[in-house]
Amino acid sequence: MSSIEPAPPVTTLATPIRIDYEYTAGAAQSRFLEGLARGVFVGQRCPVCGKVYVPPRGSCPTDGVPTTEDVELANTGTVTTFCVVNVPFAGQQIEIPYICAQILLDGANIAFMGLIQEIPPDQVRMGLRVEAVWKPADQWGPSMESVEYFRPTGEPDAPYETYEEYL
Amino acid sequence: MTRPVRPVAVVSFAQARHVRREDHRNEVEMLMPVVGDVFAKVQLTKDDMGFVCSGSADYLVGAPFSFVMALDAVGAWPPMRESHVEMDGAWALYEAWTLLQEGEIDTALVYSFGRSSPSQLHKVLALQLDPYYLAPLWPDPVALAALQAQALIDAGKATEADFAAVASRSRRDALANPNAQVAKDQTAEELLAEEYLVAPLRRHAVPPISDGAAAVVLAAGERARELVQRPAWITGIDHRIEPHALGARDLTTSPSTRAAADGAGVLGAAVDVAELHAPFAHQELILREALGLPDTTVVNPSGGALAANALMVAGLVRIGEAAQRIMDGTADTAVAHATSGPCLQQNLVCALAATPSGPVGGREA
Repeated sequence: MSSIEPAPPVTTLATPIRIDYEYTAGAAQSRFLEGLARGVFVGQRCPVCGKVYVPPRGSCPTDGVPTTEDVELANTGTVTTFCVVNVPFAGQQIEIPYICAQILLDGANIAFMGLIQEIPPDQVRMGLRVEAVWKPADQWGPSMESVEYFRPTGEPDAPYETYEEYL
Repeated sequence: MTRPVRPVAVVSFAQARHVRREDHRNEVEMLMPVVGDVFAKVQLTKDDMGFVCSGSADYLVGAPFSFVMALDAVGAWPPMRESHVEMDGAWALYEAWTLLQEGEIDTALVYSFGRSSPSQLHKVLALQLDPYYLAPLWPDPVALAALQAQALIDAGKATEADFAAVASRSRRDALANPNAQVAKDQTAEELLAEEYLVAPLRRHAVPPISDGAAAVVLAAGERARELVQRPAWITGIDHRIEPHALGARDLTTSPSTRAAADGAGVLGAAVDVAELHAPFAHQELILREALGLPDTTVVNPSGGALAANALMVAGLVRIGEAAQRIMDGTADTAVAHATSGPCLQQNLVCALAATPSGPVGGREA
């Protein structure tokens, strides 16, 4: 029988933790996701202040009332602000440098984040007019992956006053 | 501070119909009608509120700062005085009550929401335990409660039949509660015939897993009297906590409940109705003893946490249910209790009455 060596003191302890969640999009956000599956951006309008939120979350965060009126939004919008991503990171799926922008869709009162392509990074600017480039219709689903990216429309830049409220 | 220097009352209470799984609504969509209800009952809006305080847990949603998103259900414009506790809404109510004591504001909205369905609740609750010795073992909350129930039996303080009697009464009372999730007319004998879930606990002695939300409006002094005929005055409120390590506690008693009850002035007081947050049947027995409730007190007429137990919500619901019975005239004095943590680790006691001065209980020497 071998003698028992005194155990070395415990100095570190690994306790792996993982919890899985089932996400519920909710009624309003489901309308948005269903829209993506048929190639349309769907927002919702506040009955009190009239603002249109996209993606909608079911309430107006200003007035605290349900938003129930669906609004189909344009495929075009304005870059309100942006950043050029030059930093590689784990899981990166787009070749750097690329542009991540806040895009205010025409008819919406809140900007959302989108990828800008088909323009050199040093030419992207605030006020740039862009349009969504959708994947082929047979690849649409209830996900932002239905949209490939946004690209310049070639229109003149939007005047600053048209988006200054959304910065 | 545990006794008011300024009278503050619950003037409105609303809650969601509790369900096992809210499939079609997110947190905001679940909360919005409840906030709408609680305001409609007293014809107020968010613009009338001096303060807003909420209680919820990001671990349930699986998203950081989920309470900020939930504020969309209220509408935080123009900028408002707002706060949040990562706790049951009963503790959010305590914060609002404390602020009302300072006298700068006259009204407050308190709300809480909890959806247990997105996660595996037994795993989430294991993470509230100490991270070195207990959490890595992932103890199931039902198993921990079963250890407590067994300790109670071993101490000769209760039997499995006592647990079944609590569950039978709670589920039967829940038949009159439209927001309850579990409501059945079954005798204790019938319940005792069930298989053990985790011995000595059978299914009936264990709370349901619930999704739900609740809201309360508090008002001070004359403002409360303007809003409702019978405000439910908070005559005392206190909360205490016991050690984190389960092994350091005597699980058959609840000294923190006792201390909070003392602070809130309910020991020895006449109490018409008590709403106790006892998720497991045996915990009602521990709480009754700690609170020193007279035999005449009606306990958990709503069905209690055995009828619906939305995490972060069930404690605030107890205060709301107790207050509702004062407001509707079926009770003159009431005690509400909320708990948090494993095996009744942390406890809040709130005394309510139809007059700002009562119930007047003795204090322990």
